[in-house]
Amino acid sequence: MIAPQLERPSPASEYGARARRAPWRSLLFSATGSKGDTIFRAILFGVALLVLLLVASMVAAMASNSMLSIREFGFSFLLGRNWNPIKDDFGALPFIYGTVVSSLIALLIAVPLSLGIAIFLVEQAPARISRPVAFLVEMLAAIPSVVYGLWGIFVLAPFMREYIEPPLARVFGWLPLFQGTITGIGLFTGGVILAIMITPIISAVVRDVLAAVPVSQREAALALGATRWETTRVVLANAASGIAGAIILGLGRAIGETMAVTMVIGNRPQISASLFEPSYTIASVIANEFTEATGDLYLSALVEIGLILFLVTFIVNAVAKLLVWSVTRGTSGTARAA
Amino acid sequence: MPESLLARRTRFLTAITLVLALLVLYGCSGGGGAGSGGGAVRLQGAGATFPNPLYQKWLSEYGKLNSQIRIDYQSIGSGGGIKQIKEQTVDFGASDAPMSDEDLKSAPGQILHIPTVLGAVVLTYNLQGIQQPLRFSPDVVADIFLGKIKRWDDARIKADNANVALPAADISVVHRSDGSGTSAVFTDYLSKVSQEWSAQVGKGTSPKWPVGIGGKGNEGVTGQVKQTPNTIGYVELAYAVQNKLPVALVKNSSGNFVEPSLDAVTAAAAESLATTPEDLRVSITNAGGANAYPIASYTYILAYQDQKDAAKGKALVDFLWWGIHDGERFAKDLQYAPLPAEIVKRAEAKINSITSGGKPLRSQ
Repeated sequence: MIAPQLERPSPASEYGARARRAPWRSLLFSATGSKGDTIFRAILFGVALLVLLLVASMVAAMASNSMLSIREFGFSFLLGRNWNPIKDDFGALPFIYGTVVSSLIALLIAVPLSLGIAIFLVEQAPARISRPVAFLVEMLAAIPSVVYGLWGIFVLAPFMREYIEPPLARVFGWLPLFQGTITGIGLFTGGVILAIMITPIISAVVRDVLAAVPVSQREAALALGATRWETTRVVLANAASGIAGAIILGLGRAIGETMAVTMVIGNRPQISASLFEPSYTIASVIANEFTEATGDLYLSALVEIGLILFLVTFIVNAVAKLLVWSVTRGTSGTARAA
Repeated sequence: MPESLLARRTRFLTAITLVLALLVLYGCSGGGGAGSGGGAVRLQGAGATFPNPLYQKWLSEYGKLNSQIRIDYQSIGSGGGIKQIKEQTVDFGASDAPMSDEDLKSAPGQILHIPTVLGAVVLTYNLQGIQQPLRFSPDVVADIFLGKIKRWDDARIKADNANVALPAADISVVHRSDGSGTSAVFTDYLSKVSQEWSAQVGKGTSPKWPVGIGGKGNEGVTGQVKQTPNTIGYVELAYAVQNKLPVALVKNSSGNFVEPSLDAVTAAAAESLATTPEDLRVSITNAGGANAYPIASYTYILAYQDQKDAAKGKALVDFLWWGIHDGERFAKDLQYAPLPAEIVKRAEAKINSITSGGKPLRSQ
């Protein structure tokens, strides 16, 4: 909630006035004037600044290392569909497509699943069930991605090939999305393994967010005669911005995930209407090709594609934040509870 | 009571911190002790992943013989090995493919190629119910990987495999997705046997594959092939042997179908002696000779001919000498083909030519 303006002059508001005159002072000097507070504040300020410096230096290093490729290909790097290290011809579009679409598939599957898990654990399950289940879900988040990748090759891909993709092709085969050869390896399987990987993260965060909604909200809803379902909706509305944050966190992991995806996505830089066809992601191509890349232009192109991953992540996060803002704007009073 | 709980927690944290601090101190003193042991020489190498198991074995065996010399090898990939030796951040590099003329020219000094062992690339496949190994002609292999031969019951595959009940199914091609010396050797071979491959794709560690899906590493390709019926892929010989994968016979340039084996790989190197140039940078794919397996290559250690540090240079030269002589006996157990005798002689000459400040290091 937004604190109402206080009429009575207090140290804090004097400090606020000083801060308005010289904004940087508020970062370095504490409101109370105590020495300890000043030092503490300075340390925190330094730590926060470090993050900014880190990001700035990363962008600067990537930009300078990709200069060669940026000069050579210019804007056509973004729209080029060819990736041929032997002929020194590079275009990033298939990788951008693969990254965005596989992450979208992952979100489409993971978000409803994670919300369901979290709602069950917080609102429905008795403690003796919810504690061990929550523990298991959080443990899933700790499994290294290469393990997911190997499991993907040996278990998930054959399972998709035998049981998931054929029925999808039968029922939705009239859509170009579900046409083509079924191999169990491709964009769809890549999206599914990402969904499995980000579900624990999203559900763990959403669980904490839901648990933070005051019990009084639930009691109020129940007292008004709301059903369990209606009460849950009240709780969800309260937690909306927190849930959105959890989803963005999951999306971030999906976009940057490397090992697990590369094992099952087929690693073929192409843009195909079919989700069953092999595809490729930005993070995967960097991990796959960087170690054996010789030639300055080749290395430079790989760094530039890393820079693009940075931008894609930035844009996707910004769009997500905008979406959240537009959704929660109407309910700003309640959304802040989380 | 909350206070006592807090106090207990604080004490616990302090104890953990102390233990950690002790561990760190112990680690530091241990590291310092090893480094300061009376004039010990440390060598740093980096490069190809393919020979890494052998090099690690060499380092541990050589370390037992020479406690004064400590050598580290990091398997960061051939590309990284070439980059680091050029930047002189390592004492020796390692690469599966020889360095290009361009790379050699841009290096700050003369870099020598010392061959250490040989490796081979084999075709593996997943065809249910077929026991005897398949046979492939070079043009058939190229056309399968070009996507021109699409089905297992194609007449050209049948022609080499008369008694095999090949399935009426589509061929799924699996290739390496990571940049790899294995891909470089395989595409080098395909470029030699198929003009169309040479023109359309070429050779390199990460070619633009006309068809197929990519698996990461030997294990990724193997996983894909094992899990998917009617696939064909290529992996390192060592990997195929250790995992008992079905491997195909390939027709060599003498017209014989040769089973991939260590002897057949050494034979390919021996048959290529006439075409091996003075600097030992050579491709031995599609070698002549009745018993030569055609998809094979050397792997090299890269070192500067002029060593800046005489003590380090001496240690490196002795290690290389030991490697191509005594070290070769560890090769076969780890599924690497040892060098033919003639190449050992020519590598000796290379090692003997390494100098520091104009003085040869070997004869010291």
